[in-house]
Amino acid sequence: MKTEQLIAAMAADAKTTEMPIGRTLWLAFGGGAIVAALIFFVEVGPRPDLATAFETPRFLFKYVVTLGLLASAAGLVWHLARPGAAPRAWLIALAAVPALLAIASVVELLVVPTSAWAMQTVGKNSIVCMMVIPALSAAPLIAVILALRQGATTHPVLAGAAAGLLAAGIGATLYATHCQDDSPLFIAVWYVIATTVVTAVGALLGARLLRW
Amino acid sequence: MRAAIEGDEAAYRRLLESLSHSLRAATRRGFAQVGAALNDVEDVVQETLLAIHLKRHTWDSDQPLGPWVRAIARHKLIDALRRRGRRIEVPIEFVMDTLPAEEARSDLDRQDAERLVNGLRGRQQAIVRSISIEGQSIRDVAQRMEMNEGAVRVALHRGLKALAAIHQKADGE
Repeated sequence: MKTEQLIAAMAADAKTTEMPIGRTLWLAFGGGAIVAALIFFVEVGPRPDLATAFETPRFLFKYVVTLGLLASAAGLVWHLARPGAAPRAWLIALAAVPALLAIASVVELLVVPTSAWAMQTVGKNSIVCMMVIPALSAAPLIAVILALRQGATTHPVLAGAAAGLLAAGIGATLYATHCQDDSPLFIAVWYVIATTVVTAVGALLGARLLRW
Repeated sequence: MRAAIEGDEAAYRRLLESLSHSLRAATRRGFAQVGAALNDVEDVVQETLLAIHLKRHTWDSDQPLGPWVRAIARHKLIDALRRRGRRIEVPIEFVMDTLPAEEARSDLDRQDAERLVNGLRGRQQAIVRSISIEGQSIRDVAQRMEMNEGAVRVALHRGLKALAAIHQKADGE
């Protein structure tokens, strides 16, 4: 087939277009988040002292971290769905989240007596945390990866990892509502491990599924 | 491109034609830089055009078209060169020798493209073939094959997608 002939076929196909990628991503994000929230409220549920928890800075700081992760990962995914360079601004925003967590951990070490460090870090829910966050992230991760397949990323592994971070952001935000361990030290260990696992799965999926 | 997304076939054809010229020049430059044989150039041009066509919903219509096209072209060129295993610098004499031959499209090239279309399944192949090679309109094809126009459109779209997939597989071998 000559190139002019191929062009004729593509021109004839002009009217058939996929949904704009931004809308596809919103649907995937919304759908994934709704499924994760349903699973959370049916299987896990919020902690009983939620109302009083909202008055403590440590509890609120958990949302600063998880929503910060969610927002910056979303910015990255939305950009990486299109061909072109990785957006530096969103990478910096994403890097600010662990930096903030590190600062909060140092503050926590300063304000909490040495004898309580271990308890604050290990907490009561470490195993549950590592199971629940990835479990809640599964649906959003699959949805966002499928949406990204409709996109045209020129960075498949990075886009997959960003999808993992976004999914973990959803999972961690929901889980934070349940978890009674509010210390930044606990987050710095267990949330980070759970997020890393989901991100690694995302990167692997990206390497396999997002090439075109 | 905006007109094309709204379904203006003539405008879209003009756009693709003008893009094909600049893509051909850019691909040739890219191939020459690493000393790859130039008889695959048209193959990469077609693959890039297909990618532009099938991924045009990832273009943000508030942004200029140029950078988006260049990002896709770069991606496809790097991909093609990588799959052909050309990473070694080749002496300039070799490039100079191949340059004059670039206009003549080799038979190998055409055979290859023919093989790509042959890789499509029955009805898709017939539809892509009649619209591209025989230059028929969707309506003609629909009447001749006793299908409705919508079904022809769907088959054509799927055929083009399959063609892009075959391109990737063929190059990967």
